[in-house]
Amino acid sequence: MIHAEGLTKRFGSLTAVDQITLDVGDGEVFGFLGPNGAGKTTTVRMLAALISRTSGRAEVAGYELGSEADELKIRERIGVLPDNVGLYDSTSAYQNLEYFGRLHRMDPTALRTNIERLLGMMDLWEKKDLPVSTFSKGMKQKVAIARALVHDPVLLFLDEPTANLDPEAAKMVREVILELKKENRTIFLNTHNLDEAQRICDRVGILRTRLLAVGPVETLRSGFARKRTAVRLERTSEALVAAVKQRLRTDGVEVSGDRLLVDVDDPARENPEIAEAVVAAGGRILELSQVSPSLEEVYLKLVHEETALP
Amino acid sequence: MRFSQAWLIARHDIGIFRHRSGVMGPLIGLPLFVGIGFPVLVDYIVRSNGTAGLGTYLPGLIDAFSFWFVIGAATLPTAIAAYAIVGEKVEKSLEPLLSTPTTDGEILLGKTLAAFVPTVLAIWAGSALFQGLIDAATRGALGYLLYPNGEMVVILFALVPLVSLYAIELCVLVSSRVTDARSAQQYASITFVPLIFLYVAGEIGFTLDTTHLLYIAAGFVVLVLALFQVSRRTFHREEILTQWK
Ligand SMILES: Nc1ncnc2c1ncn2[C@@H]1O[C@H](COP(=O)(O)OP(=O)(O)OP(=O)(O)O)[C@@H](O)[C@H]1O
Ligand SMILES: [Mg+2]
Repeated sequence: MIHAEGLTKRFGSLTAVDQITLDVGDGEVFGFLGPNGAGKTTTVRMLAALISRTSGRAEVAGYELGSEADELKIRERIGVLPDNVGLYDSTSAYQNLEYFGRLHRMDPTALRTNIERLLGMMDLWEKKDLPVSTFSKGMKQKVAIARALVHDPVLLFLDEPTANLDPEAAKMVREVILELKKENRTIFLNTHNLDEAQRICDRVGILRTRLLAVGPVETLRSGFARKRTAVRLERTSEALVAAVKQRLRTDGVEVSGDRLLVDVDDPARENPEIAEAVVAAGGRILELSQVSPSLEEVYLKLVHEETALP
Repeated sequence: MRFSQAWLIARHDIGIFRHRSGVMGPLIGLPLFVGIGFPVLVDYIVRSNGTAGLGTYLPGLIDAFSFWFVIGAATLPTAIAAYAIVGEKVEKSLEPLLSTPTTDGEILLGKTLAAFVPTVLAIWAGSALFQGLIDAATRGALGYLLYPNGEMVVILFALVPLVSLYAIELCVLVSSRVTDARSAQQYASITFVPLIFLYVAGEIGFTLDTTHLLYIAAGFVVLVLALFQVSRRTFHREEILTQWK
């Protein structure tokens, strides 16, 4: 659905997006993570044929970025939720959707059916004739998502759909995204919310001007941050930690409450050794478990390593 | 360029500002004021002065009134264009609009039509009233019908459309630099500058007959075409998203 190679955008001397190479498959929900100013919005705008690229190339929904005619075709096939909802406040939810459906040159009957289905799905059908200005932020966000979907796009770009929403409204919007996922739509989701990415996305990319990592959340978690084994003990002590360190010949042992956290590379081989060392050092083991790093740890590690580079 | 796409945008924008008194007030008020107020004044003059000597100064006086239609053409569309472009920029609804399969040219044409069509129709309606009522008031005194005449035809069908296009284009240029509709309108009031020259020319006795009016219209054609090139470049997807303040 998306195939980008070396996609780059510079604003004057500032490089906003640097050499992104990326593939997003049909029906995939792809999460694009990155701190403020990482270039998420800029990337989406390039892929949505809204702004030009400085170099590189990309194919989106079967058309190549670059020519005016193909970009028109791309915009026919995609839906975009910008970082600002940008609804017409004085008109109703129905009219907002109707206008965009007509800009997409939809057949009136199909348009009516779609509006009814989408507003129904967003729980807004009863309020369809009220001016959007009377809506809460969460409701507006849902209208804007419906607007991006009104012409049945094959690919949907969502730029931080839950930013600035209270937890309940954010949950509402996330449920809508999960609903869309069930409908097998390809979704490109910009977010800072790692938890959200973890719950919704098939794969994520971590961006900080350059694309630092791409993959399924699980792979990133196991591949990028350290693995640790947690040993819960009846009692811990300085002496015990020192003894365990000595036996395992490592400094990677840390105390956290009633647990020892030991860095490991291969848990299957090392866990029995850890258990033996703890017992030999006089510890009484209540529980031994694997701690897999959260996506947050992976993210912070990558983003910070990047900062440390010159 | 698909005209239907532009017209869809124009109708949508007209539907929105139809409910704004700041736009509709002047759009209805000015043509009505000129169309009814001035003839009432002329009627009063005719009644109180009798017919003596009227034939010499009355037509000149009345032609000065008709210049107000040109002033209307310069001022009325700026309120609409400021709303349709700066208003959308402020509400952030330009970006979603740009992400539909619509070209920049179609959007610009749509916004231009939204300001142009209501302005020209309102002025034509006001001028129909004006001409009918002036004729009714002066026919007895002058012994002939003042309207329609060549000057009025040139004013209504050449100057009024050209001057309103010129005002709308200036508004587009200004839109990229300002952050609210009110200041867009204020900047766009430089549309008055060439009109002041015309007004002064009229006052110092330079007669604005049909030929002179046609020359002026030709000047506006050049101005409108030149400004079109510049505004087309300003109203460019990439510029709007990355350069507009
Ligand atoms: N029109 C522009 N002109 C100049 N620089 C820009 C422009 N738009 C974005 N930038 C810069 O490009 C970089 C990337 O911005 P972008 O908006 O894509 O980031 P983002 O990841 O979407 O951030 P956020 O999480 O804050 O939305 C930033 O450094 C920003 O200042
Ligand atoms: Mg952003």
